[in-house]
Amino acid sequence: MPAFEFFQTVPITDFLFGTEWAPLFADPEFGVLPLVSGTLVITGIACLVALPIGLLLTAMYLSEYAADKTRRTLKPILEILAGIPTVIFGFFALEFVTAVLLKNIWPQTEVFNALSAGLVMGVMIIPTVASLSEDAMSAVPRGLREGAYALGSSRRQVTLKVVVPAALSGIVAAFVLGVSRAIGETMIVAVAAGLQPNLSLNVFEGMQTMTSFIAAAGSGDQPTGSIGYQTIFAVGALLFLMTLVMNLFSIRMVRKYREVYE
Amino acid sequence: MVKRELTNQMEEVEMSVEMGDQVLGSGTTAPARAAGVTKASRQVSDPVMDLQKVHVFYGDYEAVREVDLPIASREITAFIGPSGCGKSTLLRSFNRMNDLIPGARVEGKVLYHGVDIYGPDVDAIEVRRRVGMVFQKPNPFPKSIFDNIAYGPRVLGRSKKDMDGIVEQSLTRAALWDEVKDKLDESGMALSGGQQQRLCIARCIAVNPDIILMDEPCASLDPIATAKIEDLMRELAEDYTIVIVTHNMQQAARVADRTAFFTAEVDGQNVRHGRLVEFDLTEDIFLNPRRSTEDYISGRFG
Ligand SMILES: Nc1ncnc2c1ncn2[C@@H]1O[C@H](COP(=O)(O)OP(=O)(O)OP(=O)(O)O)[C@@H](O)[C@H]1O
Ligand SMILES: [Mg+2]
Repeated sequence: MPAFEFFQTVPITDFLFGTEWAPLFADPEFGVLPLVSGTLVITGIACLVALPIGLLLTAMYLSEYAADKTRRTLKPILEILAGIPTVIFGFFALEFVTAVLLKNIWPQTEVFNALSAGLVMGVMIIPTVASLSEDAMSAVPRGLREGAYALGSSRRQVTLKVVVPAALSGIVAAFVLGVSRAIGETMIVAVAAGLQPNLSLNVFEGMQTMTSFIAAAGSGDQPTGSIGYQTIFAVGALLFLMTLVMNLFSIRMVRKYREVYE
Repeated sequence: MVKRELTNQMEEVEMSVEMGDQVLGSGTTAPARAAGVTKASRQVSDPVMDLQKVHVFYGDYEAVREVDLPIASREITAFIGPSGCGKSTLLRSFNRMNDLIPGARVEGKVLYHGVDIYGPDVDAIEVRRRVGMVFQKPNPFPKSIFDNIAYGPRVLGRSKKDMDGIVEQSLTRAALWDEVKDKLDESGMALSGGQQQRLCIARCIAVNPDIILMDEPCASLDPIATAKIEDLMRELAEDYTIVIVTHNMQQAARVADRTAFFTAEVDGQNVRHGRLVEFDLTEDIFLNPRRSTEDYISGRFG
């Protein structure tokens, strides 16, 4: 239990509330907040991209608006997109989004920055979110749609007032899966956001996330049993806890708001 | 233009619905009407809905061939006939529900108060607000009983303060109020099948349509629930025009003022097309049916 040993050396409050992260230095600091904030900022940007585009546009379009033929063509393409190795997305973020787009719009953008990593990560999870929420929406019985249309609803009203609420639990599950992928994603952030712990909300600066720390520290040679080695497990345990809490929270939310149609 | 015309017609309809109560009075009771002591005359004068040479296609397949059929105002018209003869298909052309099926197409005229609902300027959504529909399988929304009824009025933009009244009225009209008034915030899916179907009827009434289409509304219900819905239909026919598809001959005989008998005809290429064989007052259909109709009716009675 390296994580357990870690907390025998470092008080848990220093770990959770400290604002300096430099565990591998001669004079180490173990405040994990910069990693947590980096993770949340980048994941947050990814959600802002993936929620509207993946869910609202792509899934609703595919399920309620597209002709059968269009759906049958687009859906496999989406699923292929979901399989692109993330390191490719990482270089796309660094070489295109940062270098070509962001630098021109906001010249103060750093080479490594949270914004491009977040944007591209959002694009990366769109296929997952879109494809799974489309499944959930398509599973809503035809009879419900017909009932709504027969009352004189427009397609938009049927989609927003009947189909989406009825498919809510599946949609939330799709989204949680997307966010979990974003939180767990390593390569994009390591390549595009840099490896500098940074407690800041400035998205034009570089940031390190929990996963990119684990990857970086894990690929260096930390002697087994050293404090650096234990740190990896402590951060991993926290990451696990965070995803767990998020999942529990979304399960509760779904229980409360879902509309059961069977 | 056409849309304006349609709207004007609708205002007239609303007025005549109000006046109708006085003209008809509480009038004839259900059994009396069914037994033939009714206002119905043999010819349908001034039909609400008038089908003229209507053909319905699914892609290249002609499911319904050349139907001429007038629907009388504030009466119940029943569609009977063997399975697959196009009853549902034809019924769904009354409120353009066919539009939702890719490849489905209607030829001929479906006149609603003289306006062709498939005309270029007519909005299908507007049509469906006037011509409501109740389905074979009860399909309440997975929302509360209250929200089920309020759905349609909300879509129409009715104000919040009217909503309690609309919900109570509609449920009362559908003979469901007493059973659900204490649990309006429970899910509509938690009701029994018969209650769900009356909820769907109430939901339909809540948008105040002119015509109510019912496609085998009792097919999934037990005899007691069926009897309740039949009573309800007779009551609703005081104010609404009802068109019902049924496989139950006794049901047609009990509730319908007029009956249309359909069958599937096989053409030279061995393809089946739905045709209207006979349309008349219900008592005439059941007392002196034509040959093919008689075979069907008596086949059912054994
Ligand atoms: N969506 C569809 N696409 C293609 N063909 C269809 C479709 N719906 C119905 N049909 C065909 O049209 C014909 C008429 O079907 P319809 O459902 O209208 O018959 P029905 O008289 O209502 O039968 P039932 O009494 O069994 O309900 C049938 O041959 C059927 O196979
Ligand atoms: Mg049918």
